[in-house]
Amino acid sequence: MSKIHVTTTINGDAVEFLADPRETLLDCLRDHVGLTGTKEGCGTGDCGACSVELDGTLVCSCLVLGVEASGKSVQTIEGMATDSELHPLQRKFVEHAALQCGFCTPGILVAAKSLLDRNTSPTEEEVRYWLAGNLCRCTGYDKIIRAVMDAAAELRGEAA
Amino acid sequence: MPKDHGIGASNKRREDIRFLTGTGNYTDDINIHGQAYVYFLRSDVAHGKINSIDTAAAAAMPGVVRIFTGADFEGIGGLPCGWQVTDKHGEPMKEPPHPVLAQGKVRHVGDPIAAVVADSLDQARDAAEAIELDIEELPAVVDMKAAVQEGSALVHDDIGTNLCYDWGFVEENKGAVEEAFSKAAHVTTLELRNNRLVANPMEPRVAVGDFNRASGDSTLYTTSQNPHVIRLLMGAFVLGIPEHKLRVVAPDVGGGFGTKIFHYAEEAFCTFAAKQLNRAVKWTSSRSEAFMSDAHGRDHVTKIQLALDADNNFTALRTETYANMGAYLSTFAPSVPTWLHGTLMAGNYKTPLIYVNVKAVFTNTVPVDAYRGAGRPEATFQLERVIDKAARELGVDPVELRRQNFITEFPYATPVAVEYDTGDYHATMDKLVEIADFAGFEARRKDSEAKGKLRGLGVNCYIEACGIAPSNLVGQLGARAGLYESATVRVNATGGVVVMTGSHSHGQGHETSFPQVISEMIGIPEDQVEIVHGDTARSPMGMGTYGSRSLAVGGSAMVRAAEKIINKAKKIAAHLMEASEGDIELKDGAFSVAGTDKSVAWGEVCLAAYVPHNYPLEDIEPGLEETAFYDPSNFTYPSGAYCCEVEVDPETGKVTIESFAATDDFGNIVNPMIVDGQVHGGIGQGIGQALLENCAYDENGQLLSASYMDYAMPRASDVPFYKVDHSCQTPCTHNPLGVKGCGEAGAIGSPPAVVNAVIDALHSGGHKVEHIDMPVSPSRVWAAMNG
Ligand code: FES
Ligand code: FES
Repeated sequence: MSKIHVTTTINGDAVEFLADPRETLLDCLRDHVGLTGTKEGCGTGDCGACSVELDGTLVCSCLVLGVEASGKSVQTIEGMATDSELHPLQRKFVEHAALQCGFCTPGILVAAKSLLDRNTSPTEEEVRYWLAGNLCRCTGYDKIIRAVMDAAAELRGEAA
Repeated sequence: MPKDHGIGASNKRREDIRFLTGTGNYTDDINIHGQAYVYFLRSDVAHGKINSIDTAAAAAMPGVVRIFTGADFEGIGGLPCGWQVTDKHGEPMKEPPHPVLAQGKVRHVGDPIAAVVADSLDQARDAAEAIELDIEELPAVVDMKAAVQEGSALVHDDIGTNLCYDWGFVEENKGAVEEAFSKAAHVTTLELRNNRLVANPMEPRVAVGDFNRASGDSTLYTTSQNPHVIRLLMGAFVLGIPEHKLRVVAPDVGGGFGTKIFHYAEEAFCTFAAKQLNRAVKWTSSRSEAFMSDAHGRDHVTKIQLALDADNNFTALRTETYANMGAYLSTFAPSVPTWLHGTLMAGNYKTPLIYVNVKAVFTNTVPVDAYRGAGRPEATFQLERVIDKAARELGVDPVELRRQNFITEFPYATPVAVEYDTGDYHATMDKLVEIADFAGFEARRKDSEAKGKLRGLGVNCYIEACGIAPSNLVGQLGARAGLYESATVRVNATGGVVVMTGSHSHGQGHETSFPQVISEMIGIPEDQVEIVHGDTARSPMGMGTYGSRSLAVGGSAMVRAAEKIINKAKKIAAHLMEASEGDIELKDGAFSVAGTDKSVAWGEVCLAAYVPHNYPLEDIEPGLEETAFYDPSNFTYPSGAYCCEVEVDPETGKVTIESFAATDDFGNIVNPMIVDGQVHGGIGQGIGQALLENCAYDENGQLLSASYMDYAMPRASDVPFYKVDHSCQTPCTHNPLGVKGCGEAGAIGSPPAVVNAVIDALHSGGHKVEHIDMPVSPSRVWAAMNG
């Protein structure tokens, strides 16, 4: 099948790649752009390990075709920290040890950031339901929820 | 004041930075120039005779490199089983062959039939569709009890039975147990099923085989908990590659929970094919493939009976279990329902007589092996459920019934072959009563009732045997491997330390906790200590991580190696300070001479070892590097008490976990924050087993739960915050760190608490329900209430 030339923006950088029209955005990110931080846990939209933002909307990149990124803006885990600083969510994940094997973590961080971008004061229940699309097999979710709520408090300017 | 470094400090996990920024290096992130991809064509029937496989058309498809079938593996070893159980008659278990690709028959949905290697995965998948299979479907063996009846279809025709073994433990006690039952004042009987689970680490399995024609070396990158074990099993038993020509690397691994212990066909295939094709070959499991090819867990059907005297003392226990092996024996499968299960049936109680019978059965299902806890959750669940039932029948408080029968004196030799070194079961129970606020329960129940809900409180205790395991003992029990662990401690010339451990981290945090131990011993900051693991080319032969053994066994090996380092460094320091070796003390990273103000820094001694100008060369060698192999003298015995509070909606049968509290005695603790996380994760999985997860087959052996749409994983919205406490500490008496291991406790201790709570809730509403099998789903609860 002939490949399609895709021009897109990833984490603020202009990026071009050639995609088979059947390829998912997840595979394009991992195999063509070399951004392997986004993970495949299921390939069916059920685990959230592949979460990215596409023009500001949280999506499962395993359910989006690579060619759909054309002309759009993609945010992945690799764009979350700046060169010198972790995002507050990342910092709070370290402080709370909200990860173990780390495989679900990029997806959870991207999803949690998308929540906090919309709602700076989520309740515990709101955080749990927002992240219900992200499976984590290691942590039992306790520290993840705490870290997200703590990061929200920090972003609101409340002392932890 | 909590410590800020060394043993006991909650150091932040240093591995987290790479995981949080998307820069971890998992196996699927590894790509080798020019690699080909393999797609496995798997059986879609549970049981069938392979009449023919025609690959001609498929082989001509674009991009196809080669197609392999079982015929290509004739004369090559099958996947080995690492444990031989002896049955109650003294006969060895039945051990059928387990080919890399199916030969003659397919025996479960997912059994690999052909492997298509192509330039791209899509091409391999497309070509697989063009393979013409003629498979004659045979009746599937699914139900374990039916499988051992006369006339059942046979999973393996050659062995003439579906019974792998019939194990009795302790066979000599059987008569005495029967007699105790005949004299009992009360006998409580419970029949239950421990549901089949799929471990589901979030990272699916991946294997990348590579071959270097120039050197003749093979390399396998794989998602494993124990790369050395894979190298040994695959090299020696399957492919005939000696260890020095085979390197196995398990880089960052995205969770294991047991299912990444075992040696799998795909690993052997990729290593084999890379050599055949002189080209790297990569396989990445899809999630649905994982459901039908990762070893499953649990799946026991059990009848348990508890005998009590007139004073409610436990006098005897007997159990009869059918344990599903699946279609083939996975690497350690036979040990799980036997030595990891029967030996734990005493629990926390001084029951003097115990008899355990286990029938292991072959069925046309995916092989079953160890999953977090492995045998110990099955033991704990039945024991803690039957005690709750006994308490209800006798009208006594379930906590008091437990307390009355607690073992209180240590060491304690159980009637099931193990000796607990330490424990304090009243202490963990006292702590539980406090943190779970038992006193406030009645008020909370009233609140729930006011909302139209039923509230229940469930308690259980657990004991586990971990820190696996004394090699000579497990050898007598049938293990075909030793279970020591190794470490090399390399001190560099400028004082930094690298520890190469045979243990493996796939989420446990070794890179953080192991340096804390070295820091404590030597007195240098943790950031001067680096941990290397997961690569057979870099670490000494090790047995890997499972059975809560990393710190108890691997950490002990590291301590022994570090002790050798310190002893040698003291000799060097004594020479440098012209003092006697016996007077040298090491503290805070400096050696001093007792009673003087002479001292020499750690770094100076290290430098002297590598630049030995002023050095006792006649007595000791230059350099500062030591290796130790540590073989534990006993298992370790973590224990604890767990409490779950649930609300049941009588309208729908839905169970909500309102609170969960756990008190664990893990002995000494190196990093409390990491320990909390381990317990949380175990509880999450235990709640999953109790309420949600079920791996289901239909009567034809079709796997009904092969995606996250059908297999209900616990999600953030299903669980509460957990209250965990590990302040009750009775240190292990036989390892140098006094640690017991914490990885499996949560998964072992939590399912009975949940089910006990649901049953308690139902009784509070007047529903005399004695048991509901896991998962305790709304439909099961509703049916039990309205049945
Ligand atoms: S990989 Fe996309 S949702 Fe699981
Ligand atoms: S940290 Fe391992 S799956 Fe979440």
